[in-house]
Amino acid sequence: MKRLMDILLPFAVAALLLGIWEWAVAHWQVPPYVLPAPSAIARAFADNFSSLMDALASTLAVTLEAFAAATILGVVTAIGFSQSRVLERTLYPYAVILQVTPVVAIAPLILIWVGFERINLALVIIATLVAFFPILAGATLGLKSADFNLMDLTRLYGASRAQSLWRIRLPTALPYLLSGMKTAGGLALIGAVVAEFVAGSGTATGLAWRIVESGNRLEIATLFAALALLAFTGVMIFAALSLLEWALLRRWHESALSQS
Amino acid sequence: MIALSGVAKRFANGTQALKNLSFDVAAGEFVSLLGPSGCGKSTALRLAAGLLTPDAGKVLYAGGKPEIGFVFQEPTLMPWADALTNARLPLDLKNIPGREASDRAAAALVRVGLAGFERAYPRELSGGMKMRVSIARALVARPQLLLLDEPFAALDEITRNALGDDLLKLWREDGLTILFVTHSVGESSYLSRRVLVMTPRPGHIVNDIALPFGRDSRLAPATIEAQRVISDALNTAMAA
Repeated sequence: MKRLMDILLPFAVAALLLGIWEWAVAHWQVPPYVLPAPSAIARAFADNFSSLMDALASTLAVTLEAFAAATILGVVTAIGFSQSRVLERTLYPYAVILQVTPVVAIAPLILIWVGFERINLALVIIATLVAFFPILAGATLGLKSADFNLMDLTRLYGASRAQSLWRIRLPTALPYLLSGMKTAGGLALIGAVVAEFVAGSGTATGLAWRIVESGNRLEIATLFAALALLAFTGVMIFAALSLLEWALLRRWHESALSQS
Repeated sequence: MIALSGVAKRFANGTQALKNLSFDVAAGEFVSLLGPSGCGKSTALRLAAGLLTPDAGKVLYAGGKPEIGFVFQEPTLMPWADALTNARLPLDLKNIPGREASDRAAAALVRVGLAGFERAYPRELSGGMKMRVSIARALVARPQLLLLDEPFAALDEITRNALGDDLLKLWREDGLTILFVTHSVGESSYLSRRVLVMTPRPGHIVNDIALPFGRDSRLAPATIEAQRVISDALNTAMAA
């Protein structure tokens, strides 16, 4: 019963707010180019369904490719750091610089280097840069958090570095990595959208472009529909990663236990 | 079995942990290393295991380095793995085939009284049971030398006594050589044949007490007498 309420309450609040919104727009006769009613947004969504879905597919493809690339790069780099202090001390500052530099500022440069004829690759690279750091940071911290005594045990039994990495360090790092991945999933989407904005007219075909285009044409209802779709996608990515986290940690990790 | 001779060890922060530490443990002995917290007992045990190298002096093994089992103060299990997988770890690290490793790990769990708990995760086990898994893991590679670092310090007295009795049984059955680090006079007086009394700053052995037979229970007169002898030695050492 309590669980049911947990699920129903947010929906009830949403329904209430949408109702107030619908009523307020009608009551004060707000022009649709300032704030369209939820019903108008739903109509715009239905009318543009197939083109919005195409745009979503484009943005989602960039997001998922960037997320996969960031995960692989982040984990591989973190493993490199865990095996060599020198490597970590040398390269970690650059990872931090990459992280603190606003992606909007480097995106034009990347577009020029990669070239507009390979726009998709440029978008993926920009989104990867945005999503990379939390994965690197999570995996690096996790790989370092291995129990000293367990590591001593691997030495006592003459284990190779690869064995202690596989048997002790990587499982220890898993909760940290998954936490980084949850942050990175949302960031990959943000990165994809920002990259589309910067890439600008005509060449990019994703949701961000639909938002810009709809704004220019004062089709504010379509803009809202694209925005809602974007938010929904972000929530779904987060939910999928939370589910993955739960599935992998539920038998042993405190964070997953408290939810069950 | 093992001898430390004139061993010195300094920590990274500059503290002289051990100086001129010498003792030996013969094959089949059960020896306690007794001293207050911070006297370097754990460091000595790590040196004996070869996990640390001495700054001076030597760690010698008679007839080459034996197979060593190590039990930490904490159970130190892998929380993501069940009891069987935890007990198997040494065999997995030695690349022993899966089937044989599982059978031997299961047998080790039976020996420490955990039959039926193969699939239990550490979080599902009590403190005493976790320590039993830890002991099973130390035994699974059939060690000749078993090193224990205050293994029962975090357990309640009832569990501690039960585990102590089981350790004695394993020692007798397997002909193990045991070096047991403890700060408990009671434990050392009952479990071991010999007690090495250690004092801090820097850690070294100040007394080597051979205990008489007849300590069949914790309350046997011989055990009580042994406690008095050990306590006196410890007090003398600490006052000096």
